[in-house]
Amino acid sequence: MTRSVNRSPLILRIRWPVRLWHWINALTIFIMLMSGMMIFNAHPRLYWGKDGANFDPAWLEIGNHGTHGFVALGGHEIPSTGLVGYAQSTALAFPPLVTLPGHYNLSLARGWHFLGAWVLVASLAGFLVYALVSGHLRRDLGLSREERRPRALWHDVTEHLRGRLPRGEAARRYNPLQKIAYLSVIFVLLPMMVATGLAMSPTMNAALPWLLDMLGGRQSARSLHFLCAAGLALFILVHLIMVVLAGPINELRAMITGWYRLPPERTP
Amino acid sequence: MSGFSRRALLAGSGGLLLSGCDRIVASPTAKSVLSLGEKASRSAQRLVAGNALAPEFSAADISPVFRVNGNTRPTAAAYLAQMERGFADWRLRVDGLVGRPMDLTMAQLRALPQRTQITRHDCVEGWSAIGQWTGVPLGLLLHGAGALPQARYAVFHCADDFSGTPYYESIDLAEALHPQTILAHTMNGQPLSVGHGAPLRLRVERQLGYKQAKYVMRVELVATLAGLYGGKGGYWEDHSGYQWWAGI
Repeated sequence: MTRSVNRSPLILRIRWPVRLWHWINALTIFIMLMSGMMIFNAHPRLYWGKDGANFDPAWLEIGNHGTHGFVALGGHEIPSTGLVGYAQSTALAFPPLVTLPGHYNLSLARGWHFLGAWVLVASLAGFLVYALVSGHLRRDLGLSREERRPRALWHDVTEHLRGRLPRGEAARRYNPLQKIAYLSVIFVLLPMMVATGLAMSPTMNAALPWLLDMLGGRQSARSLHFLCAAGLALFILVHLIMVVLAGPINELRAMITGWYRLPPERTP
Repeated sequence: MSGFSRRALLAGSGGLLLSGCDRIVASPTAKSVLSLGEKASRSAQRLVAGNALAPEFSAADISPVFRVNGNTRPTAAAYLAQMERGFADWRLRVDGLVGRPMDLTMAQLRALPQRTQITRHDCVEGWSAIGQWTGVPLGLLLHGAGALPQARYAVFHCADDFSGTPYYESIDLAEALHPQTILAHTMNGQPLSVGHGAPLRLRVERQLGYKQAKYVMRVELVATLAGLYGGKGGYWEDHSGYQWWAGI
C-alpha cells in the first residue's frame, strides 16, 4: 500500500493492532515500573536464593546515611545523593518523582501493580495471537537468513554506532538490530517479568512449584524481576533516543496513524 | 533553555502527573477499579492453586536469623500476666458459627494430632525467611467444633494491638481447611518466642506475612467480614488499605 507524495512515498507501516498494543503497553509499563519502584522502596535490598532479609548479605542495596544516598553493589557503596537513596529531600530508595503513588504507600502501589499486571498480560497475549496469526511476527519481526549472518549483524551495529540509520527502500522494513530489540522485549523481558512476578506469589508457588525451582527461589526471582525491569527501562530509553534520531514526527505519526514516510535516500 | 530550568520543568510536569494520579485514586470509583486487580488475582489463584501445597524445604534451608516483624511484644496487662506464667493458663476459644464452641488449653492443643512443616514466610515488603513450624491443623479444630454450613471466613482475634486497635486477621474457609494451615506453638523445635507470636500463631502458608496472625486468642467463624472492626477483614486491611487477598 503506497501513497506517493513528492519523491518519498508514504507507506502503511504499522497496522492498528500493533499500534493499539504499543500504546496500551506504553501506559501499563510506566504504571508497572513506577508502582514497582514504590514496592521496591518497602525493602530496598536484593538477594539471591530462596530466602533473604535484613541480616542476610544483599547483592544490591539502595539506602542512605542520613541525607547521603548510596547504592551498595556487593557491599561496595557508590554515592547516589540526588538520584536514589536520598533525593528530593526524601529518604527513600527511589524518589517520589518516579514512583506511583508519589509518596510511600505500599498497599496503593500494589493495587496499581496488580491491576497493571492483568492489563499487561492480557494485551501481551492478544498481541502474540495477532502476531502469529497475521504473519506480523514472521513478516516484520523475524530475521531473514541474510540478516542473521554475523557479518550483516556487525555491519548493522557499526552503521548504528555511526548514526547512519537505513533510508529509502531499506527503511521500508525494520533493521536487524531493531528486530532483535523488539524480539528480546516480546520473548525474553516481558515473559520473564510475568514469570518472576508469579514466582514471588506464595499461592502461585503452591500451584507452580517448578517455576520457583527454575528461577532459583523466591529472592532470586525478585532479583531477576528487578533486573528485567531495569532491562525494560533501558529498552525504553534507547527506543526513545532512536525515535528522536529517526525523526520524531514521522515516527509518532506512524505509531498513531500507521502511515510512515520513507526517509529519502542519502544524496552522495 | 538551561539545564536547571529544564530539570525544573521536568520535575514540575512529573509532579503534576503524579499528583493527578494520586487525586484519581482518592475517588471511590478509582478505588473500586484498582481493587479489580485484587479480585481477578484471587479468582485466578483460587482456580489454579486449588488445594496444592506450599513448597516445603529441608532443615538445611532454615534461615539462621528469622526476622521478627509487626508487634513483637504485646503490652496488654492480661497478656503480660500470661507471659509471666509461661502461658500455662492460655486458652484458645473457637466459636462463632460452630455447633460446639470450645475452649482449649495449650496442653489440650499439644495432645491433638500435630503437623510439622518447613516453609517460607514472605513479608509484603519483599523479604523472606524459612522456618520450621509445629502445630495443630486448623481444619481439625474447625471440624471438632462443628463448623456450620453458613460459615465462610475464619477470623483470628489476637492479644496484640496498635495504639489500642486490636490486631485481627481473616482467611476464607478454603484456606482455613488447607492441610498446611496450622496454629503453631513451636518454631524450629523451640516453644514460640514472644517476638514470633507466643504462645500460638497462625501459619497460612500460601499467603503473605500480614495474614500470619500472632498471639491468637480466639478463632471465630463468620458468614461475613462486614461489621467486624473496620470491616475489611484485618488490621492492615482496615488501617492501611492492604489487599485482603494476600496470595501475591
